Amino acid sequence: MAEEVLLAGRRPDRPLTFDEYRQQGGYGALNLALRRKPEELWKIVSDAGLRGRGGAGFPTGKKWSFIGPGFPRYVVPNTDEMEPGTFKDRVLVNVNPHLVLEGIILAGYAISASKGIFFIRPSYEMDAELIEREIQVAREAGFLGKNILGHDFSFDLVVHRSAGRYICGEASAQVNAIMGRRAHPNKVVHMADTGLWGKPTIVNNVETLSCVPPILKNGPEWFRGLARSEKGAGTKLYCLSGRVVCPGCYELPMGTPFGEILEQAGGLPPGRELKAFLPGGASTSFMPKKFYEVPMDFDALEATGNRLGTGAIIVFDQNTCLVGATLNLIEYFARESCGFCTPCREGLPYIRDLLWRIEIGEGKEEFIPLLRQMSNCMSLSYCAFAPGAASPVLGLLNHFEDELREHLSQKKCPFGGPGIDFRDSLIALEEPSRPTV
Amino acid sequence: MLPDEVRQSLEKQIAAAEHPREQVINVMYLLQKHYGYLSDEAVQVAAELLGLTTLEIEELATFYDFIYREPVGKFVIHVCDGVVCWMFHEGSVFDYLCQKLGVCAGEITKDGLFTVLPTACLGYCDHAPAMLINGVFYGSLTPERIDEILEKLRTEYCELVICR
Repeated sequence: MAEEVLLAGRRPDRPLTFDEYRQQGGYGALNLALRRKPEELWKIVSDAGLRGRGGAGFPTGKKWSFIGPGFPRYVVPNTDEMEPGTFKDRVLVNVNPHLVLEGIILAGYAISASKGIFFIRPSYEMDAELIEREIQVAREAGFLGKNILGHDFSFDLVVHRSAGRYICGEASAQVNAIMGRRAHPNKVVHMADTGLWGKPTIVNNVETLSCVPPILKNGPEWFRGLARSEKGAGTKLYCLSGRVVCPGCYELPMGTPFGEILEQAGGLPPGRELKAFLPGGASTSFMPKKFYEVPMDFDALEATGNRLGTGAIIVFDQNTCLVGATLNLIEYFARESCGFCTPCREGLPYIRDLLWRIEIGEGKEEFIPLLRQMSNCMSLSYCAFAPGAASPVLGLLNHFEDELREHLSQKKCPFGGPGIDFRDSLIALEEPSRPTV
Repeated sequence: MLPDEVRQSLEKQIAAAEHPREQVINVMYLLQKHYGYLSDEAVQVAAELLGLTTLEIEELATFYDFIYREPVGKFVIHVCDGVVCWMFHEGSVFDYLCQKLGVCAGEITKDGLFTVLPTACLGYCDHAPAMLINGVFYGSLTPERIDEILEKLRTEYCELVICR
């Protein structure tokens, strides 16, 4: 079993308490950091090769170094986690809430912020309550609030409860949401200069932030050494779901090959055979069996034309219709689109309609180039949402065109679909006056 | 009419915030809890308390899927329709619930207890198929397990969580 860093000391039934975390050396990194200059933290984190775990993979130290002038400054720990297949942040918060908190405080120190806003989705209400309790514990112990550990650094943290919607995970949309505005992305301003309330703001995923205390404690070389791949760094929380024996969140070295991660989760259930997997949530592309050995890290997946995303691996077996699965994903994205820009608002329902027709046996040959054309057009949208949404469609076209064509030639879904879900939706399509939810 | 004590507690909460507008979702949640859903009156009250226009409240209320602008049952069943749950929907959890309760999406059962809504991936893919009822999560669903859960909700007292 590889070394666990973020999930170390995991209890099966409850989160680690403040005292247990202290016994592990918890909050020691904060003590060390406060004796250094904030800029030194940027360098240590950069040297460690830490990249954002929320999907984009942006180097964390570099992000911090962009922080603009002006005060107050804000840290927004992102626990929106609405990427289908992803649940690592929920697991992390429930395993070791104080590791998460220490990471947030360190980020606060690194950018000289005075306030953190812990952004959390509504379906994680229980976790929001847990974090609120533990914030109070940390505050009483002097790790949050005025003059932390007697130093000239004051920082406090509040929980912001969201009310849903995938787009809130996008940094600039998230900042708008906190300010009580409609959560549209804003690509005109730089968060690091004019973010929350027009002040310098850094939005980081909580898994990313939780890597910071161990980096400061053990050094950048140690962190780099944890990874399996040469360019990778640290460990990664991989979420396994779909047709696997033991779905769950596994902490493994960054760059562990897909096949090994799958074996950790017990492989596929008996009688089921691997057909495809999504490597990093719904906005990555389907990968066929030939990528069994692909190292699961940022660079290796980019080299295959795909992305690591959130590291949420969804496994599909031979009995699952990938046209149906793609249709489900596009339904999701079409509904969750914020509606701000035209390619996304109009294009995704169009792609959904084409896939629908193919799935119910009304597909035509010309739909295939049309699907490709429409998916490629998604790169014209305002933010990264629509290109992400098009990824599984392109994966389907690139690797499973045969399956698409079987739907065309048989004039039905060869897997016995569509389920009743889709028939219902079609009625809605024919009667536009019927209210949709 | 909003009772004075609810109004005062909202005013206190808004006054304590650095920026009143950052409280808008909390205010909507609390009004929703009081009225059962975000009624027209609740939109008016929220606008008044926060110094916003009703249109500004409306554009937020209609954006979020956990803010209900129409009446809902005491228990709102958010059924996950993410791809992992879809894979395990043998016979479809959503349709089973609708049939069992005799409602379509968004409707309220005759006893006023339940509303069923489809919801974006809940983040419980390791326990698919899953649903969320008034902030409490239920996973590994089968028709039998759904029957048990509904029966329990009907008969036993249950504390309502803020995010329903």
